[in-house]
Amino acid sequence: MWGTMRQRVSYLALNRTRPVVYASRSYASGPKQMTVREALNTAIDEEMSADPKVFLMGEEVGEYQGAYKISKGLLDKYGPGRVIDTPITEAGFAGIGVGAAYHGLKPIIEFMTFNFSLQAIDHIINSAAKSNYMSAGQISVPIVFRGPNGAAAGVGAQHSQCFAAWYGACPGLKVLVPYSSEDARGLLKAAIRDPDPVVFLENELLYGQSFPVSEEALDSSFSLPIGKAKIEREGKDVTIVTYARMVDYSLQAAEILAKEGISAEVINLRSIRPLDRSAINASVRKTSRLVTVEEGFPQHGVGAEICMSVIEESFDSLDAPVERIAGADIPMPYAANLERMALPQIDDIIRAAKRTCYRSAPKAAAA
Amino acid sequence: MALSTSLRSNLIKPLTALTALSSTHHLRSPFSSSADDTTVLTIETSVPFIGHRCEPPSRNVETTPKEVLGFFRDMALMRRMEIASDSLYKSKLIRGFCHLYDGQEAVAVGMEAAITRRDCIITAYRDHCIYLGRGGTLFECFSELMGRQSGCSKGKGGSMHFYKKENGFYGGHGIVGAQIPLGCGLAFAQKYSKDETVTFAMYGDGAANQGQLFEALNMAALWDLPAILVCENNHYGMGTAEWRAAKSPAYYKRGDYVPGLKVDGMDVLAVKQACRFAKEHALKNGPIILEMDTYRYHGHSMSDPGSTYRTRDEISGVRQERDAIERVRKLILSHELSTEAELKSIEKEIRGQVDDAIARAKESPMPDPSELFTNVYVKGFGIEVAGADRKEVRGVLP
Repeated sequence: MWGTMRQRVSYLALNRTRPVVYASRSYASGPKQMTVREALNTAIDEEMSADPKVFLMGEEVGEYQGAYKISKGLLDKYGPGRVIDTPITEAGFAGIGVGAAYHGLKPIIEFMTFNFSLQAIDHIINSAAKSNYMSAGQISVPIVFRGPNGAAAGVGAQHSQCFAAWYGACPGLKVLVPYSSEDARGLLKAAIRDPDPVVFLENELLYGQSFPVSEEALDSSFSLPIGKAKIEREGKDVTIVTYARMVDYSLQAAEILAKEGISAEVINLRSIRPLDRSAINASVRKTSRLVTVEEGFPQHGVGAEICMSVIEESFDSLDAPVERIAGADIPMPYAANLERMALPQIDDIIRAAKRTCYRSAPKAAAA
Repeated sequence: MALSTSLRSNLIKPLTALTALSSTHHLRSPFSSSADDTTVLTIETSVPFIGHRCEPPSRNVETTPKEVLGFFRDMALMRRMEIASDSLYKSKLIRGFCHLYDGQEAVAVGMEAAITRRDCIITAYRDHCIYLGRGGTLFECFSELMGRQSGCSKGKGGSMHFYKKENGFYGGHGIVGAQIPLGCGLAFAQKYSKDETVTFAMYGDGAANQGQLFEALNMAALWDLPAILVCENNHYGMGTAEWRAAKSPAYYKRGDYVPGLKVDGMDVLAVKQACRFAKEHALKNGPIILEMDTYRYHGHSMSDPGSTYRTRDEISGVRQERDAIERVRKLILSHELSTEAELKSIEKEIRGQVDDAIARAKESPMPDPSELFTNVYVKGFGIEVAGADRKEVRGVLP
């Protein structure tokens, strides 16, 4: 299901030292717009062009142009030797990919969704993640496992799970969670170049979303550092830490909170493993309040780890208990009303942020 | 080859022979009513069965006028339901994934004719018609597709997760291939309980290459489980043609040491014969593979146009030459089991039933929010469970 949402998100790329500026909604003289789909496609294309060892393997990646059209045009450009359609056999082709990586190639293995990666998880964990350690550095695994993760729209219990926490728990793996097109481009390029196994969790509902991308990001040498979060919006009253599609919801929540006098800082993790603990803690030491937001199941989730990290490093800074917004603790229901209740909504994020502020009346100064 | 009709009733005059698809037919008095269940017709299948490590059954299939008319009605109902679902999906009343079965009806209907409701069926996500065949209602189907509480899974499952356990239908599975070991597990339980029943584990040509199939099949063979693996070979696994996915697309032979049978899946009588044969075999000798040569008119799902990897000529060609419903219609007319007008009236009645079920389903309510937390466990010990904001929405698992 390739989405065709063209929801515009207006913001400028932020750097910690710069004040917040909101982009205007007119793009006449603004930066170039790129969908996440285009970002991923160009990233793979450029990396395949730069390094002949890189190849793409997965279901429908070649002749079908990609189940979600991420690999459109790549078969024509690089041929069936480097863009390989597989049978529906995840355990098999993930294992084949890992074996190829052992021998020095750089595979990009696409899972049509990460729900299907469960068929291959033994190879991701036991054959890929642990090999460098077990072989004392002889067998490195420069592989990328990528594909859509998390909820889509109405796809039911077996097709909606977020695996960030599961893969994020595993030493030896790097786990990335892009949000914007710039994230998608920079992080995928970094992942492909990285010598370690990377689990690259995309989101189907973001594929069609357009974001502005900087000149720098359009360059083929562009990449983003792995393990570094990004402050999407600076604030001083409460820190909201999140990733992937929930970044969008958190930014919208922050906008509404600002009108009520609560200045929220939104951190886009970009990386689940390594987790940017220093960025999270620095922000919490500034704001004293924390809300974590994720789509995945709450128990043993990403938010649970973040909370523990903050207690370990910044306990004295906290002025309120850490709040956690996550997916409901149930298999994903199909019915639209139940599905809506099973996933975080903007209202949930706002409510949690307000709870950390112990107030409903607006504060004096906004950001 | 000539067709012979043998008669058990002394009320009917002797008839002369006819071939199943011959365009010439003798004038004779038509059968008295469509409810005639006593006259035995012997119809030849389109093509002979091909066996792998087994002696294939005869291509002469015994049936009755009632059964044949029932086939027509059942398949026409399934066809209409799937076409109506296409429209519902396009008007966004059905969300998410929707995998339609039109073209493949003969497999669902022929199988039911050979088995009982104590035998089990399990399949993948192209499950609407199997559900109907197992005794599900149109209203339950459409309600589930539209996510209403009157749906067969109370709106919580969706298109890929229809079940009817009391009638031996175990779903409805989204992960390609997973249903095969599950089906062998059902067979394991049937043997364990000495039920003298069998399980039909259905899968597609796409799933036929899954490793878990071979693992489960090996165990089924070792332990003589009454498992029948039914490959619905519609020749495409999503967008990938069988020859691009399988070194050996002779799926009925892929069991190696496990016998197999290749069947024309567009011929409902052939399917019935094969399933009856397979059930007998499985109860005595353990697993067997049936490969049903069939075709889906729609793409893989409603998100797939189905025309980027196959030609429109191919699709219309199959519709013209091999359509299962047309085949039965010709059979009915050539044997004068009914008239053109009566068949059209059945189709009209079916359209009415489908429209009515859709209208009722559209009016029926969404699940109650309290259903969010039901059925997580059978026995939840009263533990607390959280919604997205655990301080706002929480429940207790009973």
